[in-house]
Amino acid sequence: MSRIKGVFAALKGRRAALIPFIAGGDPALSATVPLMHALVRAGADLIEVGMPFSDPMADGPVIQMAHQRALAAGATTRAVIDQVAAFRRDDGRTPVILMGYVNPVETMGYEAFACACRAAGVDGVILVDMPPEEAAEWRACAVREGVDTIFLLSPTTPAERLAVIANASTGFLYYVALKGVTGASHLNVADAAARLAAVRASSALPVGVGFGIRDPGSAAEVGRFADAVIVGSAIVERMAAKDTIDEVLADVEVFVRDLRAALPERASRTSS
Amino acid sequence: MSYEQPDARGHFGPYGGRFVAETLMGPLAELERAYAQARTDPAFQAELAADFRDYVGRPSPLYFAERLTADAGGARIYLKREDLNHTGAHKVNNTIGQALLAKRMGKKRLIAETGAGQHGVATATVAARLGLSCVIYMGAEDIARQAPNVRRMRLLGAEVVSVTLGSRTLKDAMNEAMRDWATTVDETFYVIGTVGGPHPYPVMVRDFQAVIGEEARRQFLEREGRLPQALVACVGGGSNAMGLFYAFLADAEVDLYGVEAAGKGLASGQHAAPLTAATGRGVLHGARSYLMFDEDGQIRDTHSISAGLDYPGVGPEHAWLKDIGRARYVAVGDEMALAAFHRLTRLEGILPALESSHALAYAHELAGRLGHEAAIIVNLSGRGDKDVESVAAYEEAKTCRA
Repeated sequence: MSRIKGVFAALKGRRAALIPFIAGGDPALSATVPLMHALVRAGADLIEVGMPFSDPMADGPVIQMAHQRALAAGATTRAVIDQVAAFRRDDGRTPVILMGYVNPVETMGYEAFACACRAAGVDGVILVDMPPEEAAEWRACAVREGVDTIFLLSPTTPAERLAVIANASTGFLYYVALKGVTGASHLNVADAAARLAAVRASSALPVGVGFGIRDPGSAAEVGRFADAVIVGSAIVERMAAKDTIDEVLADVEVFVRDLRAALPERASRTSS
Repeated sequence: MSYEQPDARGHFGPYGGRFVAETLMGPLAELERAYAQARTDPAFQAELAADFRDYVGRPSPLYFAERLTADAGGARIYLKREDLNHTGAHKVNNTIGQALLAKRMGKKRLIAETGAGQHGVATATVAARLGLSCVIYMGAEDIARQAPNVRRMRLLGAEVVSVTLGSRTLKDAMNEAMRDWATTVDETFYVIGTVGGPHPYPVMVRDFQAVIGEEARRQFLEREGRLPQALVACVGGGSNAMGLFYAFLADAEVDLYGVEAAGKGLASGQHAAPLTAATGRGVLHGARSYLMFDEDGQIRDTHSISAGLDYPGVGPEHAWLKDIGRARYVAVGDEMALAAFHRLTRLEGILPALESSHALAYAHELAGRLGHEAAIIVNLSGRGDKDVESVAAYEEAKTCRA
C-alpha cells in the first residue's frame, strides 16, 4: 500500500487528514527539511511542498512572494526534490506531495522528473496548470514510477468532467473550495460540503479540500466533511512575518498544532 | 495545401492546447461553445461587419509608400494602415469581436492585460461603448513608459491596475488578469489581446484579426493585379501578424515574415525573440509554444524598447507556422527599430508605433534585397503617438551616456 493510501485508510471514519503546504526553498533551501519535520511534529498527516515557479498564475500574492523568495534564494525544481530526499532519511512514513506548474517539470522532462520523484520518496504530484486532457504523457511516466497524479476539482467543474478528473487521479482528489487563487478569503463552507457530496458520487478516492482555509475555525468546519484539510497561504504568511528561521520553525509548529487540534474526531462516516 | 488548424482541442501540431488551473476549464469550455455559435451566426457576423465599418473605419487603406520605397531602393513597399483604425491600432478589431461575444454571454465586466497599452485602450473603448465595467492590468514598468495610453484608459472609465510583482511587464499583467478571471469568472469576460492563451483564444483572436489580411489581399489584387512577394509584420504575441498572414496562408508564392524584438541583441540574452532564438518550447499562460526560460524552466526576463513586444512567449500558431516552414521569423533590435521609426516619420509623415517599427526595419532591408519588380506589404499595426515621450527619453539618455 502506498504511503498516501495508508494514511487515508488509517484515518478513515476518525478525522480529516491535515495537509500543510510550504513553498520549497522559502525562505531558504536549508529551512525546508527542518520545516517539514516541524510540520510532522505538529501533527501533519501529509505534507505538500511547492516547487518554485516564476509565474504562479493560480496563486495569490502570499504564495507568489514565497516563490519569489525561494527563487531568489536559489531554489530549483531539482533542489526541492533533493530536500524531500533529505527529509526521507529521517521520516519514511509521512507522505510528501509536490505541487507546481508544468513548465519546470517539462523542462526537466516528465520521465526524468517522475524518476527523480520516486528516488527521493515523493508520493504524489499536483501540476496546477495541467488538466487531465493534456496530461497523458505525464501520467504514463508517473504511473511507471509509482508516483500519484493528483488533479484539481473546482466549483466551476461541470458534472461531466468529474469522471474525467476522477479517472486520471490517484492518491486523492483535491477540491479547490472557491473560485479564485490561493489565499483568498471568501470560502463558502456549505457550498463546498454540498459539492463534495457530488464528487463522492463519482469517485471512491479520498477528497482533500483546500484554498481559503485560514485558521483553526475554518479547518474545523471543513474537517467535518472533507477527507483532508489543506492549508497553505495562512502558514506561508506567518512564515513571511518572522525574522529568523528559528522563529519561523517555532511559530509554524504552534500554528499547525492548533489546526490539527481543531479537526473534529468523528463517528465512522461509513460502515466499512 | 489544406491548412486545418487547430484541432478540436486547440492544438496547432504540438502547440497550443489548454493549460490552465481547473477553475478556468469550465469557463473556457463555455466560451468555446459561445464562440462556435457566434462564428456561424449571420446576425453576429453582420453586427461585427457593421462595427468594423462604422466604428473602426474599415477597410483600412493599403498605402503605397513611395518615398520609403525609393529610400530602400528595391521592392515597392505598401503599408496596411491599421494605425488609422479607431484607437490607433489593430487591437480594436479583436476587442470589438470579443466584447460583442461578452454581451451575448451576458457578462457585465471586461478585464484585459496590456503591454504598450493599445490593447488596454481598445478594451476600455469597447467597454465604454457597451456600458460594461472594465479593469486593465498593466506592468508597473509599462505604465511608466506608456503614460499617454494609461491616461486614455482612465478617461474611458477603466480602472488601470499596476502590477508590481515579477518583471513588471506584459507577462506579469497577464498572470494578474488570469487571477482576476479565476476569482470573478461568473460576471467577467477576459479579453485576451493576442493570439495566445488557452484554447479558444488563439483561434478566436486570429479570426477577428483575419480581416486585416482579407482586406489587404483584395486591395493589393485590385492595385497590382497579382499577389505580393512578401508580407512583413511584427510579432510579440503575434496577433497583427496572424491577422495579416491568415488570408495568404494558402498562397504558397507569398513569403511571410514575422519580426520579433531582438532588444539589445540575440547574443546579449536581452531580447524578446523566442521564435528566432529558438531556445526552447514550453508552457505559459495556457498554451504550449516557443518560450524563453532558463535551465530550470523559470520564465526569463525579456527586453525590448517596445512594450508591446516585450513578452517571453508567442502565439502557438506562429510556432506551428515556423515548424512547417510556412512563415519565417527574424528579429530586429532596439536601435534598428528606432531608426525605422524616424525614417517613416520623416519620409512619409507617418509616426509608427515602436512595435510596427520593427516590421518596418526588416521590410526596408528586405525591399532592398528584392528587385524593383517585387512588392511587399508591411502591417503598420499601430500609430506612434504613445511612444513620443519614451523615444525622447531614450534618446536623451543615450546622448547623456555618449
